[in-house]
Amino acid sequence: MAGIDCVSRAGIWLFLALVLFAACAVSVDQAFAVHMALCSGVALICAFRAMGEVGKPEGLAAETGYYDEVIRWGVIATVFWGVVGFLVGIVIASQLTFPLLNLHYDFSTFGRLRPLHTSAVIFAFGGNALLATSFYVVQRTCRARLAFPALSRFVFWGYQLFIVLAATGYLMGVTEGKEYAEPEWYVDIWLTIVWVCYLIVFAGTIVRRSEPHIYVANWFYLSFIITVAMLHVVNNISLPVSWVGSKSYSAFSGVQDALTQWWYGHNAVGFFLTAGFLGMMYYFVPKQAERPVYSYRLSIVHFWSLIFLYIWAGPHHLHYTALPDWAQTLGEVFSIMLWMPSWGGMINGLMTLNGAWDKIRTDPIIRMMVAALAFYGMSTFEGPMMSIKSVNSLSHYTNWTIGHVHSGALGWNGMITFGALYYMTPRLWGRERLYSLRMINWHFWCATLGIVLYASSMWVAGITQGLMWREYGSDGYLVYSFAEVVAALHPYYLIRTLGGLLYFTGALFMTWNIWMTIAGKRRDEAPLTTAAYDPARDHPLKPFAA
Amino acid sequence: MIYDSLRRIADSWGLVAMFVLFTIFVGWALLPRNRATNLKAARSIFEEEGHSDV
Repeated sequence: MAGIDCVSRAGIWLFLALVLFAACAVSVDQAFAVHMALCSGVALICAFRAMGEVGKPEGLAAETGYYDEVIRWGVIATVFWGVVGFLVGIVIASQLTFPLLNLHYDFSTFGRLRPLHTSAVIFAFGGNALLATSFYVVQRTCRARLAFPALSRFVFWGYQLFIVLAATGYLMGVTEGKEYAEPEWYVDIWLTIVWVCYLIVFAGTIVRRSEPHIYVANWFYLSFIITVAMLHVVNNISLPVSWVGSKSYSAFSGVQDALTQWWYGHNAVGFFLTAGFLGMMYYFVPKQAERPVYSYRLSIVHFWSLIFLYIWAGPHHLHYTALPDWAQTLGEVFSIMLWMPSWGGMINGLMTLNGAWDKIRTDPIIRMMVAALAFYGMSTFEGPMMSIKSVNSLSHYTNWTIGHVHSGALGWNGMITFGALYYMTPRLWGRERLYSLRMINWHFWCATLGIVLYASSMWVAGITQGLMWREYGSDGYLVYSFAEVVAALHPYYLIRTLGGLLYFTGALFMTWNIWMTIAGKRRDEAPLTTAAYDPARDHPLKPFAA
Repeated sequence: MIYDSLRRIADSWGLVAMFVLFTIFVGWALLPRNRATNLKAARSIFEEEGHSDV
């Protein structure tokens, strides 16, 4: 808000706070009132902060370096939301294992905590990682300072407010009932505003670049920002029951609503969790490996193939439903076609290490990134396979899907984010190195073992479930009741919870490591590798006896 | 009927247009004369400040 003096700015915030307070007073349901009160409080804080500027010199001298302040906040927010999201994941995994843990209390039931977990890990942990890394990468690759620093601060805090509104809404039972798009209409509008500002900051930086070529990582980030804006707006077209209430109804109905939802849902996977994180991969993997990407040409082919194919794959979420058969087949075919560009991208990332494979042994950050690429490859093979109708008839609605999602989310998104955080932290805080390199190793092994336990238990659970559900006896009746299938899954749920705990433990190592790095400490530890030395052999040979 | 017309566009000219566009974009990346540009772009992230237009 350059150009407006701080007193007027405080006045605007105060007015906004009053409007929100009025909305709180006349709201038709409690959840909306709570949210408006929360927003009103935030506006009041902004008003106070604006008044605090009184007397300070206006328009500080323009800084020349990269604008990293908001990226530092983003790193801390990513770690924080990661820990929160993983912890809620462990809670709901335990609830599935021991239903008693639902505690017979509205706010603590699985149904309310589950969207809290998914949104916390995807949008809070993943979203903050994308915000932070995209601002980091776009500045470095364009060799230009972030276009609108004040707007970027608004994007960061606006996004945190979105997360808090969404999360508290789920706990109070506010939901549109659309998977990964649960927030209600007013939160959706807020996110749209924040997201458009994000696009302005990102695209503005690209426009002001001093590098003639736009590096491929930025293509991926830009496609992620634009596509998510489009998906979010279309999928959330709805009409609120009351303008001062939290309930709304979708503009679409029946199967059209379902198709719109999964067009959104799958492209949230394709553009939020894939394209955005590939932006990370195409910058941080070459940088950490200190060698250019294996094939720049392949990265462009990878990009355009994802753009042209992903957008059609959504209907595979609706196999054997009321969706027209041709649309289901379309979704299946495009999903299978996606396998090739995905593996092209994985090979491109892995082959970047060509000639420096020893780094997987010596550099724990590279090891993490390679594991991320391996999981990217595995889940982009598994996905197309599960989209085949005959496979889907066994896998759909079972825990196999959960296993698939988590091998992608924990393996690909999690590991590449950890790698990027470890890369950025010492650079952002001007530290010589991380607090501890060995601790990255502990993180790596906890996370990897956790994923192995998670994915394998869910595969077994899913196939068990699918086979038990479809088993007919000789009399033509189903052999197993639903409850019998649930009982059969108990041990796998237990193993899954253990896997989640291991992954969480790894994240705690990271939290400690990053915390100490920021604090400027360095752990006194032996280096990970040294050249071999054997003192027993370090002497001249005995001369031959004459 | 909007569904019918959209459906008709999607499986005729829409499909052709998408295919042609995709071929152009990917073909552009594969053109041998862009080899040097690609190589330079891949290495651009390692260049020092101020040497970007060499």
